[in-house]
Amino acid sequence: MEDKSRQLVQQIAEMQEEDAVKLAREMLDSGYDPVKLLGHCREAMEIVGKRYEQGEYFLPELMLAGEMLKAIGGMAKPLIKQDAAGSKTAGTVVLGTVQGDLHDIGKNIVTFMLEINGYKVVDLGIDVPVANFVESIKEHKPQVVGLSGFLTLAFDAMKKTVEAIREAGLRDNIKIMIGGGQVDETVKNYTGADAFGLNAMDAVSLCKRWVPA
Amino acid sequence: MSSSSAVSSPPALYEQRHRRLMDAIELRQPDRLPTILFSHFWTAHYAGMTCREAMYDYERLAAAVKRVVLDLEPDAFQPVHSLVAFGPTMDILEYKQLEWPGHNGVAEDVGYQYLDAQYMAPDEYEDYLLDPSGFMLHTYMPRVAGALEPLSQLPQYPGVLHTRITQSMEAYARPELRRALETLIRAGEEMQKMGAVQSRLVQELHDLGFPVASHGTTHAPFDVAADYLRGSKGAMLDLFRNKDRLLSLMDRLSVLIPRAGIAGVKAVGGNMVFIPLHWGLDGFMSPKQFTTFFWPQFQKVLLALIEAGIYPHVLWEGDCTSRLDVIKDVPAGKCVYFFERTDMAKAKQALRGTVCIRGNVPASMLITGTQADVRECCKKLFETAGDGGGFILDGSVGIPDEAKPDNVRAMFEAAKECVY
Repeated sequence: MEDKSRQLVQQIAEMQEEDAVKLAREMLDSGYDPVKLLGHCREAMEIVGKRYEQGEYFLPELMLAGEMLKAIGGMAKPLIKQDAAGSKTAGTVVLGTVQGDLHDIGKNIVTFMLEINGYKVVDLGIDVPVANFVESIKEHKPQVVGLSGFLTLAFDAMKKTVEAIREAGLRDNIKIMIGGGQVDETVKNYTGADAFGLNAMDAVSLCKRWVPA
Repeated sequence: MSSSSAVSSPPALYEQRHRRLMDAIELRQPDRLPTILFSHFWTAHYAGMTCREAMYDYERLAAAVKRVVLDLEPDAFQPVHSLVAFGPTMDILEYKQLEWPGHNGVAEDVGYQYLDAQYMAPDEYEDYLLDPSGFMLHTYMPRVAGALEPLSQLPQYPGVLHTRITQSMEAYARPELRRALETLIRAGEEMQKMGAVQSRLVQELHDLGFPVASHGTTHAPFDVAADYLRGSKGAMLDLFRNKDRLLSLMDRLSVLIPRAGIAGVKAVGGNMVFIPLHWGLDGFMSPKQFTTFFWPQFQKVLLALIEAGIYPHVLWEGDCTSRLDVIKDVPAGKCVYFFERTDMAKAKQALRGTVCIRGNVPASMLITGTQADVRECCKKLFETAGDGGGFILDGSVGIPDEAKPDNVRAMFEAAKECVY
């Protein structure tokens, strides 16, 4: 089994989707502990994340890794007893694409990278009204809020969202990062966010700086 | 310098602007820095129209474009109607791939957005590869336009021949197919109405001295696969799951895309084509994936267009700095590379003597900055990207919808001061 678990980590990390899913199935069928199996998946995702950071892997690899994780998780999770499922998180991030913008690839990749780095991510989806961000912050008490937007119309929506968070008296306790195709230092200043990022690694670095694990 | 101050008649101004643009494209040093005006909804905003109105009111949009062109005096402009004024036609078609202002509860004054989705399933590759046109007609069009659903009933002509051709005519009289065909005619008439307004405007602005910078739009093979067929997620997964089929599909597209692009440009007697790229940028694909799945097929498209006497203006969205050494492999003086966030000094270094570059006053600056910021930025671009010619000034993705008019004016005025 030791060999098989090493093999599984390697297959996931090497993007051998069919082999990895098949092996995970076999391991579970032969009684392998599903919690341990998910641990191997996490280990593999850490390798994937590192390779992404190092510029060896790109979005297609992250996307495929996410698919493998979903497939294997889908097989393992039903076999796990409730009390064993909980795990410690590094912190909570509320994330969404701001109102008026329907793009979600960047946001999804950021979600994925934050999750494999141990953060709990509350993904509010796309075209998220300002009020939903405020409500979600009240409910989940995140340390970080991420505002995503691909279009230039997102600048104003980001600004309004930051203002609404301030007006709700929630601004002091959180850090706000913005990301997307058109954002830069100028947009960061315009919207009143704390920082901007151009890719998922920037988002992870910011969260690590703000909320050390 | 002397030539830019000497002429004033519209034909002479046309000639001067056209020469300035072509000097830049063909890598000669022009008299001064040329500009292209490229916008989607900014023009409408400038004239006090909403995005919705721009999509539906051809005449008001024409008046807006004319006003903007006369106010800013660009060296060439990209016609706006074909970029935005398709609201009525989309209504007729019950078009499903866009969300647009005033439709389905979308606000009246936001731009349209493409809906990223899977429009071709992985198990439909074989269908597409066997018969791309058949797939588009029987499967794709019914999928993306509600009113065209009955096209799925069109006869399967590769297997319908000789007297069976006459028998196949029966299909066209079926009520649902008849309705779809009538819809196509109505949509065609609507597009002709729009096209007539645009052609009249282009002629009018030509007579006032302003050349056109684009006579049509075409695509890169991977973008067609990712944006319009498989969806972004599907396409990324296909790099692993359906690699060979994806490559075969793009082989077809690298022939079919220029065929359509050339036909479109020639139909209006033009020689410039606009190609926005969505998936070429750094960070999306690895360098190896880029040189396997993106560039070779796109390069074929570019070469076919160039061979047909057409100048591609390629909008390399995002930051493509790491791609420069690969994408420089095109014939000299035949293309324009329009960069959004690519480092222009590095672009100049890599592409000097090969490709005219265009861009890239940041969208954020045009929207939130000051006129002084913009002037400074233009001056700096002129010094780096404009050194020796081969550079056209533009916004990073043209003029963003929300840009401040004063900032845009500052950009066009700054170019007039950038004299060689």
